[in-house]
Amino acid sequence: MATTMLKALNKSLHDALSEDDKVILLGEDIGTLGGVFRVTDGLKAEFGEHRVVDTPLAESGIVGTAIGLAYRGYRPVVEIQFDGFTYPAFDQLVSQLAKLHYRSRGRVKLPVTVRIPYGGGIGSPEHHSESPEAYFAHTAGLRVFAPSSVEDAYAMLRQAITCDDPVIFFEPKRRYHEKSDAELGEVPPDASPKAKVIRSGTDVTVVGYGPTTYTLIDAAMAAEDEGTSLEVIDLRSLDPLDFDTVAQSVQRTGKLVVVHEASRTSGLGAEICAEITERCFDYLEHAPLRVTGFDVPYPPSRLESHHLPDLDRVMHAVDTVMRHHEASKGAAQ
Amino acid sequence: MSTQHIDVAAGCLPTHQLLNVDGKRIPDEELDHHLKDLKEADLADFLRDMVVLRRMDNEATALQRQGQLGLWAPLLGQEAAQIGSVRATNDDDFIFPSYREHGVAWARGVQAEDLLSVWRGAQASGWDPNEVNIACQQIVIGSQALHAAGYGMGIKFDGGEQVSVAYFGDGATSQGDVNEAMVFAASYQAPVLFFCQNNQWAISEPVALQSRTHIADRAHGFGLKTWRVDGNDILAVYAATKAALAHARHGLGPTFIEAVTYRMGSHTTADDPTRYRKSEQLEEWKAKDPIDRLVKYLHEMGADVQSYEQRAQNAADEMAAKLRTAITTMEDPKVEELFTNVYAEPHEPTERAAKNYLDYLAEFEGGE
Repeated sequence: MATTMLKALNKSLHDALSEDDKVILLGEDIGTLGGVFRVTDGLKAEFGEHRVVDTPLAESGIVGTAIGLAYRGYRPVVEIQFDGFTYPAFDQLVSQLAKLHYRSRGRVKLPVTVRIPYGGGIGSPEHHSESPEAYFAHTAGLRVFAPSSVEDAYAMLRQAITCDDPVIFFEPKRRYHEKSDAELGEVPPDASPKAKVIRSGTDVTVVGYGPTTYTLIDAAMAAEDEGTSLEVIDLRSLDPLDFDTVAQSVQRTGKLVVVHEASRTSGLGAEICAEITERCFDYLEHAPLRVTGFDVPYPPSRLESHHLPDLDRVMHAVDTVMRHHEASKGAAQ
Repeated sequence: MSTQHIDVAAGCLPTHQLLNVDGKRIPDEELDHHLKDLKEADLADFLRDMVVLRRMDNEATALQRQGQLGLWAPLLGQEAAQIGSVRATNDDDFIFPSYREHGVAWARGVQAEDLLSVWRGAQASGWDPNEVNIACQQIVIGSQALHAAGYGMGIKFDGGEQVSVAYFGDGATSQGDVNEAMVFAASYQAPVLFFCQNNQWAISEPVALQSRTHIADRAHGFGLKTWRVDGNDILAVYAATKAALAHARHGLGPTFIEAVTYRMGSHTTADDPTRYRKSEQLEEWKAKDPIDRLVKYLHEMGADVQSYEQRAQNAADEMAAKLRTAITTMEDPKVEELFTNVYAEPHEPTERAAKNYLDYLAEFEGGE
């Protein structure tokens, strides 16, 4: 039976709560209401108010008390209601959560998962559509996950909760209602998921994560109609980044396009392009390209369709690396 | 208008003082019964603790001047506030300290050289939190208050008997995290004690810049049972802490203590208090010295003060000699430690970076 990403996340939390009584959920409106997106629907009724905890409206407080609970041996899963409300917790995330294992010389484990519904495309007001993943990928001590599929949403959340390191878990909110018939239940034993080739191809490697992977699949189908074969990679983990999977692909295709909603400058795309250039310099037939949100504050929603990477902008980048390829082939002949 | 001249409104809560500056015992109807188990031998131990701490402070300052430590944050003058409170806790009450709670760590068994190793830059933390039930020292002002609140929520949720204790200063009471911590602790009626050492100064800023009312009165407004005590009076600090811990253990929720004390030294060895405060103020507080006061009280009691002082002096000498040798011979950490414990579980990029750097260093070994 088809299930949605929302239901998959709900089941993931449900199963984690059932299997480990140290798992505890904290967040605004997650209890009685079931969360503003209903990800935690029904969990308070089943597990009680001491396992599914409605908190006061203070994000630093939510993350900071989760750290205290981890000191006590709990495995907290906190919800930040919207991406743009993450910043009041910035000190607790980057100076406390990320660094306490190192500061304590390995004596204090921080198995804290921070769930953040993120990204745009839902017509929301300011602070409800942001992509702050680069801040956290830049911070040593944090892992950063971003699932895109329904089955990954289930498995990767279980993986995040099981991991003894803190995980910032970005949920692609505009894909919450995506459906899948896939079986949920398998949880990989690794600390972090590897990148996944979600569509094989031979001409251009296109890399994305979270909400943009759907756009990349659309692009691959459109390109196929034009006779171009795209290999689509879903990164899944943004820290650690699985460069091996991307490099293996680029060594075959010689061309790379990286796509994300977050702003361009110092974004993950820059890091991926730099690392792949270092590793695959002799294989590259064109400079790696980035298709990203612009270096502007997230715009009013009537402008967001221009800001978000869409099928046309991805195809434009693909055409650019392919045209150069065709031109150089022509010159050689 | 100079901030030095801001008047603080008279407080709503009384300031408990059980020993006046002359060491005379003042009866306190509310707190006296919390002293009933305290023996003369305990007071002698308090004296020893405070004398050792003051010596540690002097030694650490000297070691910093000699280049053995990068920095030191003196606790000079706050000995009674720290020893009186920590000695009232049970060993399994979990403490979340700032960077100045040397006395708290010492009283729980942390060795002086381990404490100072952090200030030398040799280690990221000086103790194992699980061994001494003290979280790692916190340098970001007030952040640890939320950890204490969370720990206390955990005690509440799993039905534990312990109390979670947050230590912080007057400056920290302006931080959002400290205020959020009081909100959370109050909401869940968690067994948390917020212990504020109001030492009058946040580096150069007088407490009046942080609060126009007594800090204790603000805490009271969060719904926390609150005491304001003379922080240089070890009996008042001990009794109020006992009262607060009993309150929490009875399931009555969070508490707050404002211990009114004075930072007699600099903020850190990098600070110069003559730029912002008058020497008269220091002289005024020297007359309220916490160690002198306890000595006077022991005399009042007719105790053999000389032998207690001698014992304390011996303990201080022993600590100082061991500390000096340990610090001056302390080896730097191995380069591998740079990459160790960033993550608890395998993390390929960190492991790769470590290997690459060690291979790079190895290239120079055996070279010219």
